Amino acid sequence: MPSTLLKNARLLDPWTSLDQRGDLLAIDGRIAAIGAEAAPGVPETAVVIECGGHCLSPGLVDMRVALREPGHEYVESLAISSQAAAVGGITSLVGLPDTDPVLDDVALVEFITRRAQKVGLVNIYAFAAATKGLRGQELTEMGLMASAGALGFTDGSRAIADALVMRRALSYARTFDLLIVQHPEEPRLAAGGAATEGEIATRLGLPGITPAAELIMIERDLRLVEITGGRYHAAHVSTAAAIDVIRKAKRRGLPVTCDTAPPYFALNETAIGEYRTFAKLSPPLRSETDRLAVVEGLKDGTIDAIASDHTPQDQDAKRQPYASAACGMVGLETLLPLALALYHGAGLPLLKVLRKLTQGPADILRLPVGRLAVGAPADLVLFDLDRPWRIDAKSFKSKARNTLFDGHPVQGKVLRTFVAGRMAHAAPEADSAVA
Amino acid sequence: MNTFPARPFPHRHLLGIDGLSAADIDLILDLAEGYVEQNRQDDKKRSLLRGRTIVNLFFENSTRTRTSFELAGKRLGGDVINMSVDGTSVKKGETLLDTATTLNAMHLDALVVRHPESGAVQLLAEKVNCAVINGGDGTHEHPTQALLDALTIRRRKGKLSGLTVAICGDILHSRVARSNIALLNIMGARVRVVAPRTLLPAEIERLGVEVFHDMPRGLADVDIVMMLRLQSERMNGNFLPSTREYFHYFGLDAEKMARAKPDALIMHPGPINRGVEIDSAVADDLDRSLIRQQVEMGVAVRMACLDLLLNVPSQRNAP
Repeated sequence: MPSTLLKNARLLDPWTSLDQRGDLLAIDGRIAAIGAEAAPGVPETAVVIECGGHCLSPGLVDMRVALREPGHEYVESLAISSQAAAVGGITSLVGLPDTDPVLDDVALVEFITRRAQKVGLVNIYAFAAATKGLRGQELTEMGLMASAGALGFTDGSRAIADALVMRRALSYARTFDLLIVQHPEEPRLAAGGAATEGEIATRLGLPGITPAAELIMIERDLRLVEITGGRYHAAHVSTAAAIDVIRKAKRRGLPVTCDTAPPYFALNETAIGEYRTFAKLSPPLRSETDRLAVVEGLKDGTIDAIASDHTPQDQDAKRQPYASAACGMVGLETLLPLALALYHGAGLPLLKVLRKLTQGPADILRLPVGRLAVGAPADLVLFDLDRPWRIDAKSFKSKARNTLFDGHPVQGKVLRTFVAGRMAHAAPEADSAVA
Repeated sequence: MNTFPARPFPHRHLLGIDGLSAADIDLILDLAEGYVEQNRQDDKKRSLLRGRTIVNLFFENSTRTRTSFELAGKRLGGDVINMSVDGTSVKKGETLLDTATTLNAMHLDALVVRHPESGAVQLLAEKVNCAVINGGDGTHEHPTQALLDALTIRRRKGKLSGLTVAICGDILHSRVARSNIALLNIMGARVRVVAPRTLLPAEIERLGVEVFHDMPRGLADVDIVMMLRLQSERMNGNFLPSTREYFHYFGLDAEKMARAKPDALIMHPGPINRGVEIDSAVADDLDRSLIRQQVEMGVAVRMACLDLLLNVPSQRNAP
């Protein structure tokens, strides 16, 4: 049985609030022991890795990744996505259904699952389409696709706009206790928009989207959740008003969760600069007030998870006039350092930041990962919490380099990533980092 | 063989199960038992309703129910006329009352009405001066179906009270379900409904049912499994993603049926969608499936209803 002993680490587990020096033993892909000292049961054949006092946490669980396979492998294949995830310390990721063909059929869910096992360095899961062809009209075979492995149902980067369809989707999903994930943006209010409505959009002459487009969709959905009792997750929330209604809905006990992505707490709309199309996202970058509200929502627990919202685009899609350019930013390889800025700079406790990246999403997805528990899969990330460095898009595994964070100074670097006890990534700094 | 009932049926119309007492229902079922025997004779015809005119007024397509009512009326010696009204050419409300005026002028004795809108049969009943039998109104009631189901169960199980009955499928759009829920509750049976949430009306539990969203659990230890017909327009993503998924989770097959009691019986108001809500092997299982008997009981129950509503001395020769 392959076994690995990770010695002398700062063990961090958001699940049990563990934060102590110690060792972790992984045997046969699972965590066999955690403690102040190596357990007596360490096999002689165990590979010993000296962690030099660096942080060892459950591997990150990224619940929102745009996969480009099948259909657009030239932008990014599953193999590349999973390598980029491993570099980023992500051990489980969830793909969106907006592939080509759309992931709206049992056979396609099975295809992704099979492909992922074959090429994936990390665990690759998928959300399947909530409506056929993402057309927002007819429900998909949620029950059968869930049995085939789909972790939830969403129309990806499109909102489920029709109130009746959303009601039935929530209601039908609740029959099987399944999760509905919404891209919360009222599509008519957002149509043609390229930036958040306001001074900056006005100065740049860009068509604006009112921030209320997010609020209106979420408020409507919350009413439908109230009627149906369906499990609802709002993806990448980005505005103060929307976060506030989710906060209140949670207090009322509704089965509601939400995530956000690094651009929405690390940047604001000024990042658009002179029409930098890498800043074009959906939802668009917001005002500074909204950015601060996102940080606040993470602090007070309204926002349950941080996802990368990794959206690779090829150069042609971004080398366009701003309003015509495609939306999205890559994020797998920058998720952890950008999130750690919340600890270094915004006063969030380290375990709380890690919870948003591990246990938080794992609980929403009902995956048995995201914790340092004996018997749990040995999906782990070892990182240097304090190491300062600059993000370098040229060094990305991702073929797509559409990130605004190129050259951005950050603190905290992934040293090693383990998936089921196997080393999926070792940074060049990993060995020299040993104290 | 049909003695005049000691206790007259205290209703002018049969608009729904709601409003009937257990004694009313027993009366209908007891009387129907006799008609089951009559219908098995070579000579099936009596002259009880000789000279009476019964009109089957159907605003919705129906072959089985209409034929069943037609046979019932004719076997009792009445004159039965079928009137089919194309729903699309009817302007609702006003025309329905115009129809009532027309029918009154024809001096009918009974009107069997099926209408796509809930409450339409009652509206008509308020305006005509003959007995009205609800042959199904919208998603409201279909009382003769519930009565024939009750007769079918009673003949096989000897009783209704104490039985556990699971009604499965499209409860939301089903008048059969509503009438059956009402009748089974009146008669002391325990009723479950089993359906995906998109096919359940709000607060259905207030009607006296236990709600399940899972067939194996919903069918556990039941005496009767009543399947409902799933209309094709409910599939293809509106209420349900596909017939394949529906059958997988909510279709009745031998495996799911194994959860019910060993002597549990299967019913379906017909016509069945094989491979959608029910597997052929189960539907055609002569030991367990009562689908054929239900059709037979239908004629007898409708004869009993016509008998009780029309063969009343005080109403005979009524102006």
